[in-house]
Amino acid sequence: MSKVTITIDGMQISADEGMTVLEAAQAHGLYIPNLCNHPDLKPAGLCRVCVVKMDDWKVTVSCKQPVKDGMVISTEDPEVQKIRRNTVELIVADHPMTCLTCEADGNCELQRVAHYVGVTPEGLNRYRRKIRNIPMDRSNPFFDIDHSKCILCGICVRTCDELQNINAIDYAQRGVTSLISTLGNKPIADSRCESCGECVVRCPVAALAPKGAQEPMYEVKSICSYCGVGCGVMLGVRGQKVVSVEGDRNNPVNKGSLCVKGRYGYKFINHPERLSTPLIKKNGTLEEASWDEALDLIAEKFSGSKGDKFAALASARITNEDNYLIQKFTRAVMGTNNIDHCARL
Amino acid sequence: MQKVNSPADVAKMREICKAAFARQKLRFLICAGTGCIAGGSLDVYEEFKRVIGERGIDVNVDLLFENKEIEAGTVTSGCHGFCQMGPLVRVEPAGTFYTKVRAKDVEEIVTATLDENAVIERLLYEKPDGSHAATEEDVPFYNRQQRIVLGGCGTIDPEDIREYFAVDGFQALATIFQEHSPEDVIEIVKESGLRGRGGGGFPAGRKWEAGLNAKATPKYVVCNGDEGDPGAFMDRSVLEANPQSVIEGMTIAAYAIGAEFGVVYVRAEYPLAVVRLLKAIEQAKEYGVLGDNIMGTGFNFDIEVFQGAGAFVCGESTALTLSIEGKRGMPRVAPRPRTTEVGLFDKPTLLNNVKSFAYVPDIIRKGAGWFKSIGTESSSGTAVFALTGNILNAGLIEVPMGIKLREIIYDIGGGIPKGGSFKAVQTGGPSGGCLPESLLDTPIDYDSLDEAGSIMGSGGMVVMDERTCMVDVARYFLNFTEEESCGQCVPCRLGTKQLLEILKDICAGKGRKKDIDLLVELSHSVHGGSVCGLGQTAANPVLTTLRYFKDEYEAHINDKCCPARVCTNLISYRIMEDKCAGCTLCARACPVDAISGEKKEVHVIDQGLCIQCGVCMEKCPKKFSAVECVSPKIPIPAKEKTEVVA
Amino acid sequence: MEERLSAVLSPYEGRKDALIPMLQKVQEELGYLSEEAMLLIARTTGMPESHVYGVATFYAQFYFSRRGKNQTKICSGTACHVKGAARVKDAFERELGISCGSTSADYEHSLETVACVGSCALAPVVVVNEDVHGQVQTGKIDKILEQSIKD
Ligand SMILES: Cc1cc2nc3c(=O)[nH]c(=O)nc-3n(C[C@H](O)[C@H](O)[C@H](O)COP(=O)(O)O)c2cc1C
Ligand code: SF4
Ligand code: SF4
Ligand code: SF4
Ligand code: SF4
Ligand code: SF4
Ligand code: SF4
Ligand code: FES
Ligand code: FES
Ligand code: FES
Repeated sequence: MSKVTITIDGMQISADEGMTVLEAAQAHGLYIPNLCNHPDLKPAGLCRVCVVKMDDWKVTVSCKQPVKDGMVISTEDPEVQKIRRNTVELIVADHPMTCLTCEADGNCELQRVAHYVGVTPEGLNRYRRKIRNIPMDRSNPFFDIDHSKCILCGICVRTCDELQNINAIDYAQRGVTSLISTLGNKPIADSRCESCGECVVRCPVAALAPKGAQEPMYEVKSICSYCGVGCGVMLGVRGQKVVSVEGDRNNPVNKGSLCVKGRYGYKFINHPERLSTPLIKKNGTLEEASWDEALDLIAEKFSGSKGDKFAALASARITNEDNYLIQKFTRAVMGTNNIDHCARL
Repeated sequence: MQKVNSPADVAKMREICKAAFARQKLRFLICAGTGCIAGGSLDVYEEFKRVIGERGIDVNVDLLFENKEIEAGTVTSGCHGFCQMGPLVRVEPAGTFYTKVRAKDVEEIVTATLDENAVIERLLYEKPDGSHAATEEDVPFYNRQQRIVLGGCGTIDPEDIREYFAVDGFQALATIFQEHSPEDVIEIVKESGLRGRGGGGFPAGRKWEAGLNAKATPKYVVCNGDEGDPGAFMDRSVLEANPQSVIEGMTIAAYAIGAEFGVVYVRAEYPLAVVRLLKAIEQAKEYGVLGDNIMGTGFNFDIEVFQGAGAFVCGESTALTLSIEGKRGMPRVAPRPRTTEVGLFDKPTLLNNVKSFAYVPDIIRKGAGWFKSIGTESSSGTAVFALTGNILNAGLIEVPMGIKLREIIYDIGGGIPKGGSFKAVQTGGPSGGCLPESLLDTPIDYDSLDEAGSIMGSGGMVVMDERTCMVDVARYFLNFTEEESCGQCVPCRLGTKQLLEILKDICAGKGRKKDIDLLVELSHSVHGGSVCGLGQTAANPVLTTLRYFKDEYEAHINDKCCPARVCTNLISYRIMEDKCAGCTLCARACPVDAISGEKKEVHVIDQGLCIQCGVCMEKCPKKFSAVECVSPKIPIPAKEKTEVVA
Repeated sequence: MEERLSAVLSPYEGRKDALIPMLQKVQEELGYLSEEAMLLIARTTGMPESHVYGVATFYAQFYFSRRGKNQTKICSGTACHVKGAARVKDAFERELGISCGSTSADYEHSLETVACVGSCALAPVVVVNEDVHGQVQTGKIDKILEQSIKD
């Protein structure tokens, strides 16, 4: 890929041809405020917070403007600053400011942008505050939708379309009455939404927020145990408990994406009825046993069952590597091709 | 002859049609534009048919084409532009021009015309000096105009393509087939200086050239008949009164850029335009001037009509093409390729306004030089306006570019109706601005209007008198743009909302001292930050009213006074004791029973109950004129207030 | 309802480029767009339901609940506005007892404002059912209704 050089606020940086100005800046660790941009999605250019001045005359959105060799970009041009500040003020004036009790607090793009452009109480007080009052949609078991916090960046709609190809939600109505909606604005639980939560993790504010999520104390890298895809996950842990799951963006298999099971189905880990030792049936009832006891029993029974009277059923809930071993064991040790898998429905 | 089989046939067709219509000795053209229909013109038309029929005359036009002569005929025409005086009837060949004709007048008109060779004076237009205008051309409203696109409006029957043939129709198309390459056509359009009539004023020739140069196929020609400016109806009238000119213009454009398919996007509220267009398209195909193998040349071009579904923003070119594709009309976001490169179904698309296309046949027939000679250096040709509001002669006008606003308003429009005085004129609709008296000598052209802070727009021109509140006008337009914003970008969606809320507060007497500065600041940011033309121009009505009528804003904010007495929260109605005759009319009409008083005694309005509906003022007989409207409000006495609460 | 609409929708089977004409035809048939009808359109065309709803709600022409037998539209275009359309609107609201944008409980009347009906020279304008009434005076709206309402 050929390289170009552009200047941002006096700094020369190199960028790949085909990048946008915002991407080029981010690649060099430079922050340009933005709300509707997401690296996984096509740029939309709608929030207008990422405006910059190009070549000293044109106001343009950095998230959509392709780089060009020799381009000169200013993010601090007075006209740009004015537009940016007013735009952010307009959003904040239209937003319920309940930050301290908000799911997104501390992790909120709107907070970050507002702080960066310097929204002040004096500036805000000039505005008329008329916040929309649309009932929340709490129908989904895993996340809530709070339209009054929605900044209509469209990231969720694009996620559900471009990444998930499900299109459970779209823009509805128009103008100030616009909202993210299912058909007839019915509860999202009644739509074709698969609760993958991909939109939820990308929402820059708390308009889409996981139910009862807790901030983890630390994260542990792992592999999702639900199916053979083997998505990389980051388990958020507090004390002895897993309190959250995030897709591992660095895992080449899923690049951060997860499905509903992987993302929200982690409660079983701490479930009181979860099996934690082997059980052996003695006199008709299952009794707790040690691993040694159990393995001895299995070895004994298997030894007498070699050949075609043996069959193995592998599981989608273990890793590919484990599935490989079962198959190898069945063929090489047990001497049969009777091996199958539960995920063939 | 039923079909045009070669370009040379068009001239023959013209002669046949001309000769045929000449065999109709007399004809009554009844205006069947929407305005006149509202006044009952269809009844008038039926009555003409009945009355003439009673005389044993068969009015069927087809007889003319069988070489028969007809004593008298009657047909409907499109809008003449003078709807206010409608229903209109034009008697040809004399050109007698009757106004406000009712069905009951028809008998008299027919008798006078057929039997007595006379005119009925009481139905003629009465000029300001009291004399009567015998013909349309004699009416001052018309005699300062120069009608090109409106030329056929009101003189031909839009539902009979043969009438269009008779007035040189499709000759331009035949000529380009015979004499011009696509490049030639583009050269002519460029030379004519034609600029897009949809508002932006982009040079048409340059756009056509880009269309020709675009590589991808198929290509489309799209006609923008969305006409979103509320308070304007130019495109509607052209589509209803002379749809053939638009079809011919689009076909010429298709030839120039190499397109085979066209779409006319018609605004949802214009059902009649759709009917007329569909009929015209069907007839054009029958006659071989549209569709497959046009005029035997092997060139194909078909046109479909798309009915809009009610969204102003769909007048914007990218929103319009997305809307045809069945999507939400949310404009594409720049940086993006031009519509001539990536338009309808992502293919090269030439998109022009209705009038832009309608000019083209005349430009081809009469030459680029002819068009260039009309108007000004930078804005050639004529401008079409829907002149409305507080003006004596409201209607549709076509004037050479460069004419002064004053000439339009006073010479053509007849000035402000009795008792009123001029305050402002609004052009460009929601994207435009309000110009004051001091700018009445501004010439009408793209650049001069721009400089004055307004825009040419697509042709709305609303005249306002001293009873119009300029803050309310700004509020009105922002209310419109807020409702019509597609909502995808923040500065427009929330900026128009914020501007509107501030303006509403000012109108309600809740304005704050610093609001004016905030309005200006926000207006600039909404302009600079918005994605499309809607948001970029949405604040123009605020900025121009602030520029020319700032004192009115200050009166609202500082004195809680609406000088024009429009804003209901700042006015009170009052009955003048010395004038009230106690006729009780107002008391009986008041919807909230706020007026009390005995017969023949002075009446009084209970300010605590009054809702400022103005009915009492309307009802009070002229000879008393005892109700007045005052601002600031008359304070409500405390006692009355408690009564209301209790 | 499926049967009623199948004739209207069948030509569009699998087509994704004609959503607006489809919505218009369905509304013509039913008087408004019900959720079931929109679902059916989604199924016929293979478009996501949310998309059909998103497009339909973008355009002012579409209604999502049953409308009155008589429809009154008050023009709120600029020409009509400066000629007192706001008062005309108030007067109609009082006369019909419903506010703009709503339908009376007995489904006799729907009232709404529209942005210009293209008869601006006759401002202020009101359209009752198919009749365009020009130069409307607030004192005379009972006559207008009398003339144009269906019973
Ligand atoms: C919000 C908005 C509304 C518009 N409405 C119309 C319209 O109703 N009719 C029209 O011809 N052009 C309208 N335009 C302009 C079109 O985008 C486009 O420039 C024009 O149709 C091109 O044709 P022209 O070059 O012949 O003028 C509108 C533009 C914007 C931004
Ligand atoms: S979404 Fe962000 S800005 Fe909004 S309340 Fe929550 S933390 Fe605050
Ligand atoms: S959770 Fe997944 S399927 Fe549901 S709306 Fe979000 S992205 Fe679409
Ligand atoms: S819900 Fe979140 S992601 Fe979706 S549009 Fe609103 S703010 Fe953006
Ligand atoms: S400026 Fe307004 S109408 Fe245009 S794209 Fe933005 S929100 Fe939509
Ligand atoms: S303005 Fe209306 S409400 Fe007030 S007194 Fe007059 S008629 Fe009654
Ligand atoms: S209508 Fe006029 S004159 Fe008659 S009672 Fe009312 S204010 Fe007095
Ligand atoms: S991030 Fe660029 S416009 Fe929103
Ligand atoms: S409709 Fe008859 S003159 Fe306009
Ligand atoms: S403004 Fe009312 S009809 Fe045009």
